Amino acid sequence: MERLKKKAYELRRDIIEEIYNSKAGHVGGDLSVVDILTVLYYEVMNISPKNMKDENRDRFLLSKGHCVDALYMVLGDLGFFDKEEAIHSFCAFNSPYIGHPNTSVPGIEINSGSLGHGLSLGVGMALASKMDEKTYRTYVVLGDGEMAEGSNYEAMMSAAHYKLDNLCATVDLNGLQISGTTNEVMCTSDLGEKFRAFGWNVIDVKEGNDCGSLLSAYQQAALCKGRPTAVIAHTVKGKGVSFMENQKGWHHGVMNEEQYQTAVRELEEVLS
Amino acid sequence: MNHITNRQAICETLMEAAENDRTIVVACSDSRGSASLAPFAQAFPGQFIELGIAEQNLVSVSAGLASCGKKVFAASPASFLSTRSYEQVKVDVAYSGTNVTLIGISGGVSYGALGMTHHSLQDIGAMACLPDMRVYVPSDRFQTACLIRELLKDEKPAYVRVSRSATEDIYGEEMDFTLNHAHVLAEGKDAVIITCGELVPYGVKAQKELEKQGYHVGLIDMYCLKPIDEEAVRRAASQADVIITAEEHSPFGGLGSMVAQIISRETKKMVVNLALPDGHLISGSNHEIFHYYGLDDLGMVAAVKKARSEG
Repeated sequence: MERLKKKAYELRRDIIEEIYNSKAGHVGGDLSVVDILTVLYYEVMNISPKNMKDENRDRFLLSKGHCVDALYMVLGDLGFFDKEEAIHSFCAFNSPYIGHPNTSVPGIEINSGSLGHGLSLGVGMALASKMDEKTYRTYVVLGDGEMAEGSNYEAMMSAAHYKLDNLCATVDLNGLQISGTTNEVMCTSDLGEKFRAFGWNVIDVKEGNDCGSLLSAYQQAALCKGRPTAVIAHTVKGKGVSFMENQKGWHHGVMNEEQYQTAVRELEEVLS
Repeated sequence: MNHITNRQAICETLMEAAENDRTIVVACSDSRGSASLAPFAQAFPGQFIELGIAEQNLVSVSAGLASCGKKVFAASPASFLSTRSYEQVKVDVAYSGTNVTLIGISGGVSYGALGMTHHSLQDIGAMACLPDMRVYVPSDRFQTACLIRELLKDEKPAYVRVSRSATEDIYGEEMDFTLNHAHVLAEGKDAVIITCGELVPYGVKAQKELEKQGYHVGLIDMYCLKPIDEEAVRRAASQADVIITAEEHSPFGGLGSMVAQIISRETKKMVVNLALPDGHLISGSNHEIFHYYGLDDLGMVAAVKKARSEG
């Protein structure tokens, strides 16, 4: 587990580098979701640069597409492309590494960015897996602010209707969105209850930035039959950088040099 | 008088193809009956997905299926498919380039008496604005079947609008069909009528009537709106002084706009656009509505004569 935690903190350092270089991106959400991505990509899913054309690879969708900065660092680290290139050209003119997932970047399954699409796409992928009697699983990561989009509830309904136990949604519940706390902006509290009401298996992860807790949730999810699973990960926005933690201003804040140095120093301290 | 609708022609064509192709999937939003796709659902239950009355989910789920190798045909009333799920079409179908053919059933004013909620007068323009989205409005059942057979051969997104009622036969079983090539039904030097979909039979009547009255009038069935057959439009403009377009659509962004764009770029010929008005429509059957707004054969004859007298 220390290995996964170390990886997540290395990736945090890469994210800070990428965001500082580009003066773009969504750093707060990147830092809250990165542990989820680490556990999924390095431990749970069978996705690698070698098997991207394999029909049996697991499918991953980042529905909260604005946190693609974190996903690029994961994919670059896994060798889908040159991570340094992504760090230095993120959101630059004519760069493939734009601010939302797009298929011109190796490792990205499908374009996303507009919220409330990923879960429905995931339902389609999981249905295809069932139709073809394949064993791959589909993982969708959503934001808690994103759960105000009504299309998610159409997707939830259909996933339960078709008993898609090969579909696993994760909500990165960091409690903050661009205008304030999620409860202030549009109350999506009791998300677990909402999923349950639609017939989903729900696993609440109190420490959503803890790789061990996440891993155990995904292991349980894989065992659940006849229902899709939602992992509700209670995370901290800006996790790992003290002045960013739980601050809505860091939804897509831009660091000055001093803040950048502080962030790197704090992350290096954990890594050493 | 033909009683087989284009919806039925789609169902028959897909059933024929699905016999040998397990990747074909039909998805509906409680619309299998209105789309005449119930026989497909019955014959191929493993290749049919019901999403309930949830058009946004219908389109994204279809895109997800397509990204895993399925050839998806998603059918829902054109009014809802082209508005409620427009963003899903833009992002998950067009932008992602998924192999989804959207079937907009009961398009235009097919649901004439049900009011504006059920009309789709914007679907052609809306769909055509999306990069990589192809747009088709076939006229009769034979052309519809040929179109679906061709679309099954590639993996690109498309939107196909069909009407609710049966259209009189224009072609036959053995028709020539090349994807994205318009059907030139007649050539003429006085005027050329360019139309599509359910208005094509009216175009045939109008063309015959005008010939009787001594006008030499051409007629083009432009079932392919995007990519539009530019060459056919250019040829028509080189032959005739007046081009009349007639469409079951808003005057903005549809066939008339597209034809006028080509003609104004290259010639000084006159284009008269017959379309439904930019406003709340009178209610009635589709044919009553066509007549009221001058989109039937009488309207086309009058438009040609007026343009000729003014020209």
